[in-house]
Amino acid sequence: MSQQLNTYRAGPDETGHFGIFGGQFVAETLMPLILELNDAYEEAKKDPAFAEQLSGLLKHYVGRESPLYFAERLTEHYGGAKIYLKREDLNHTGAHKINNCMGQILLAMRMGKKRIIAETGAGQHGVATATVAARFGLPCTIYMGETDIERQKPNVFRMKLMGAEVIPVKSGSRTLKDAMNEALRDWVTNVENTFYIIGTVAGPHPYPQLVRDFQNVIGEEVRRQIMEQEGRLPDALLACIGGGSNAMGLFHPFLDDEDIDIYGVEAAGEGLDKKHAASLKGGRPGVLHGNRTYLLQDEDGQIAEAHSISAGLDYPGIGPEHSWLNDIGRVNYVSATDQEALDAFQLCCELEGIIPALESSHALAYLEKLARDLPKDKIIVVNLSGRGDKDIFTVADALGVEL
Amino acid sequence: MIETRIDRRFAKLKAEGRAAFVSYFMANDPDYDTSLKILKGLPGAGADVIEVGMPFTDPMADGAAIQAAGLRSLASGGSLRNTLKLISEFREGDNETPIVLMGYYNPVYAYGVEDFLKDAVKAGVDGLIIVDLPSEEDSELCIPAREAGINFIRLATPTTDEKRLPAVVNNSSGFLYYVSIAGTTGAAAPEPADVAKALERIRKATDLPIAVGFGIRRGDQAAEIAKIADAAVVGTALVERVANAASPDEAVSSVLELAKELSAGVQSVTKN
Repeated sequence: MSQQLNTYRAGPDETGHFGIFGGQFVAETLMPLILELNDAYEEAKKDPAFAEQLSGLLKHYVGRESPLYFAERLTEHYGGAKIYLKREDLNHTGAHKINNCMGQILLAMRMGKKRIIAETGAGQHGVATATVAARFGLPCTIYMGETDIERQKPNVFRMKLMGAEVIPVKSGSRTLKDAMNEALRDWVTNVENTFYIIGTVAGPHPYPQLVRDFQNVIGEEVRRQIMEQEGRLPDALLACIGGGSNAMGLFHPFLDDEDIDIYGVEAAGEGLDKKHAASLKGGRPGVLHGNRTYLLQDEDGQIAEAHSISAGLDYPGIGPEHSWLNDIGRVNYVSATDQEALDAFQLCCELEGIIPALESSHALAYLEKLARDLPKDKIIVVNLSGRGDKDIFTVADALGVEL
Repeated sequence: MIETRIDRRFAKLKAEGRAAFVSYFMANDPDYDTSLKILKGLPGAGADVIEVGMPFTDPMADGAAIQAAGLRSLASGGSLRNTLKLISEFREGDNETPIVLMGYYNPVYAYGVEDFLKDAVKAGVDGLIIVDLPSEEDSELCIPAREAGINFIRLATPTTDEKRLPAVVNNSSGFLYYVSIAGTTGAAAPEPADVAKALERIRKATDLPIAVGFGIRRGDQAAEIAKIADAAVVGTALVERVANAASPDEAVSSVLELAKELSAGVQSVTKN
């Protein structure tokens, strides 16, 4: 019991809260299903067959474990701490998103659901969802903002190739938040047969918890891998944050190692005093999409439009557990601008031969501030959460190059 | 808790042997003055209870018509503050018709629950329907509202099974709103027979009046619902009248015209 009190990893409580954050703020129509999901998840966690099936698929289908790679030339470039990259970009479908989708679709099938829906911003979660839906033969509908469809065309086509129906969302800012509204509307309408695979550590309880648990494989592997390669744990962890699932997956297994400095990088867009997507730095607590968390909003509680060059970070909220970790001070939440992310994107391409996702480039951008000043015997692990092939059109556009 | 205008209205209608017509419209849609005219005109057009929508950017349980109404409201300066002002102005001329605020929690949370309840009581609000506050979150607003003398009206839906029903009924007051189909506002009308079966089940769990909404667009449909429920709720069809009006004046007359048709439908049914 005393150990429970000294851990950062015990949340959420029985009511789905991390401190004041989290909860179950959804329409009554969805409540019975959310309670049912919670029961199904608790049962699945106790079932060794579930864990075995999931780990088998992660190994043979997703291609885990993903490498922990010593980025020698980035390290040389900054001249400070040793930089390791956790290569989630090498997973099947090119990002960390599939870790969670694989877990959730197995749950969906345990619950006897016949149809899958999801929201997507950059399209990585949509692709991962379409992938697992194809793999298990379930029909799949993906909601995606029109703005995002425009800037993520390759991913839209990938989803369609795998048989998913992609529905353009024309309401609001036509990005991730609006896609989530529309997915929730679909779910309310088709609640009996439909499973909603939420892509990040947000939404009503138990989603923030179960998405985190399915993403924890990232940090658990890093622990093992860094011990093999360096014989000790890292000194700092770095990950980008939109909703925050890749970051939570890396951070959570290390939260109780208090000597490790943890950094979550929000998207500062054009700058924190201009248009941005940094909910913690520029927002305040509110209630949206099933949970209480930091939100970009006006005085009246109307949700503001987020902005980031990266579609995956273009969301006015953040997972509730991150809000809690921010308020208790365990994780340092910082930010990187569009321009800083673009610079880091190019640097990673040129020095390491790795095209990172624009989302992950926000984490890489913070190396500029972190890596230089840390001594050479220190170790930083950066979550390279996805690959950047999907972003080449956006980057070309930003660089004034015509493809 | 204290008797509210809602309790008094339902008791009166029960004595008269008829159901209530509950009309919904969005505050500040398309602008403040027009929506005040609509609000002032609704009791005369036969509205027994008035639900006033509080605009929100992300109404995730609403269909296209009410989403659009919220955006029109916000575009012309709609806010929770001026929604309360609207109610205050209405109350200067009407101290009888029950007013229920309907919307989402974040604007209330941003206003501050304590301040909001104080100002809502002062403005003359009788009840609240907050779509994204299920009974799991009762400590947020439901309990404080009850203590302030405001009814917290809960939604029951086709997914509210026997196991769930007690949680929905507990701490509810004023009336229970049965959402007759799983879906967003503005969806197709349900089969009256299915609704009747669901109401029979719900009545075993509560003595509260039961209002039925979703999919009612015409007087004859309202009459069908009035036969089996204590109230018929219409929102989307009225809100669409605002959207389709060529001018603010037409919006007022067109909404009130439909309200008259709907209330006539409800009043055509005598019970007991």
